[in-house]
Amino acid sequence: MNTAVGRKIVMSVTGVSMIAFVTVHLLGNSTLYAGPEGINAYAAALHRFGVVIWAFRLTLFAMFSLHVIYGVQLYLDNRVAKPNGYAVAKNIASTFAGRNMIWTGLLIAGFVFYHLLQFTFQTVGPGPAAAAHPDSAGRPDVFTMVVQGLGSYAVSGLYCIGLAAVGLHLGHSIQSAVQTLGLNSERSLPLVIRGGTLAALLIFLGFISIPLAILAGVVK
Amino acid sequence: MDLTLFVWKQSGPEAPGRLEEYRAKDITQDMSFLEMLDMVNEGLIREGRDPIAFDHDCREGICGMCSQVVNGVPHGPLEKTTICQLHMRHFRDGDTLYIEPFRARAFPVIRDLIVDRSGLERIIRSGGYISVHTGGVPDANVILIPKADADIAMDAAECIGCGACVAACPNGSAMLFTAAKVAHLALLPQGRAEGARRVCLMTEEMMKEGFGSCGNHYECQSVCPKGIKVKFIAKLNREFIKAKVKGG
Ligand code: FES
Repeated sequence: MNTAVGRKIVMSVTGVSMIAFVTVHLLGNSTLYAGPEGINAYAAALHRFGVVIWAFRLTLFAMFSLHVIYGVQLYLDNRVAKPNGYAVAKNIASTFAGRNMIWTGLLIAGFVFYHLLQFTFQTVGPGPAAAAHPDSAGRPDVFTMVVQGLGSYAVSGLYCIGLAAVGLHLGHSIQSAVQTLGLNSERSLPLVIRGGTLAALLIFLGFISIPLAILAGVVK
Repeated sequence: MDLTLFVWKQSGPEAPGRLEEYRAKDITQDMSFLEMLDMVNEGLIREGRDPIAFDHDCREGICGMCSQVVNGVPHGPLEKTTICQLHMRHFRDGDTLYIEPFRARAFPVIRDLIVDRSGLERIIRSGGYISVHTGGVPDANVILIPKADADIAMDAAECIGCGACVAACPNGSAMLFTAAKVAHLALLPQGRAEGARRVCLMTEEMMKEGFGSCGNHYECQSVCPKGIKVKFIAKLNREFIKAKVKGG
């Protein structure tokens, strides 16, 4: 798989799996709008899968790691392949998002690390760890953890940066994956580019609505 | 018209290069870009100075030899036009032009604006041919090829191998070039037979030559003087996946 095209295919397949996960994650998050009843029940339901959840997490972690390893390697090799730019730089077709995949990617890696510590392992605050604070029905109180956790401007600010990186990254990656997997024709290409950008924007808005709604006091 | 030129001067592959300022005086609109440089060079030679070295051959947009980047765009500002076919009427009196060689690690500078593009030839040599025994000259239309397929194959075959795609690519990748060759042969029955082997060999060679990987930025498509489309890169990717799935 470590060929010029093979590496790109690894990037696409792992990337597409993560996009699928992110989409499901966004749908899951939307249960927050249904209040404690919504998201606490959703979280409790997920945890009933037990070992399956862990198998899923490990698979996702493997995808993530492959994506990071190959992505960094591609970035380094490509930089070597193009050591000098031009005195007058001119970008005709490439986008800001496309040219900065490595940086948005690394930002996302950092953000995911923090996000997991905060809401999965529940070791950093603010907000009470859900596992240690059951709600009245005896389920982990995910709702309070999230609302209090994102209630701080500093934390929500970090989420805005992280999610902006996600949005930009997806803005290039959706169309890029379709092309790398060989699914484009001349006619589909402009549609895929526009569709990919739109999907990325929707995903970004969906995620960012949560910290914004919490800060605005819509969800409390 | 009079122009100010900043031209990349580099005396040899290992020597450091820099942009040098030149004046191009009394340029007429109907000169081609290369004729404009010829004029500048004649002036330089008269003054006993070193002329600007640049590649060219046919000067009619078919050989792929000319290779310059004007204000950051390989082959200059006019779409689907090689630099040799670009005329000075597309510039204005008093313009300042930055003229640089095609840049990529796989294209080392030989002198000034001349770069070594033999890496592209080695990609062709690795698999861009048909080796099946074809016998004597066949009668016309013995092998029937649907018109639509022949047209697409011809679109891909338009590639003149100039390397502008590599020069424009932020990753110095030769994917558009390689894809054009792979697609052109894979679309025709004579080339189909070795399609799987070819795509693997050519992409392997591409990497060995130090070209980067395609990032799907599509800068290549926008500068290609022959209008080769990135749909051929998608086609190459399909060919590659098929080859690997079948066990190549
Ligand atoms: S010199 Fe032959 S294509 Fe320009």
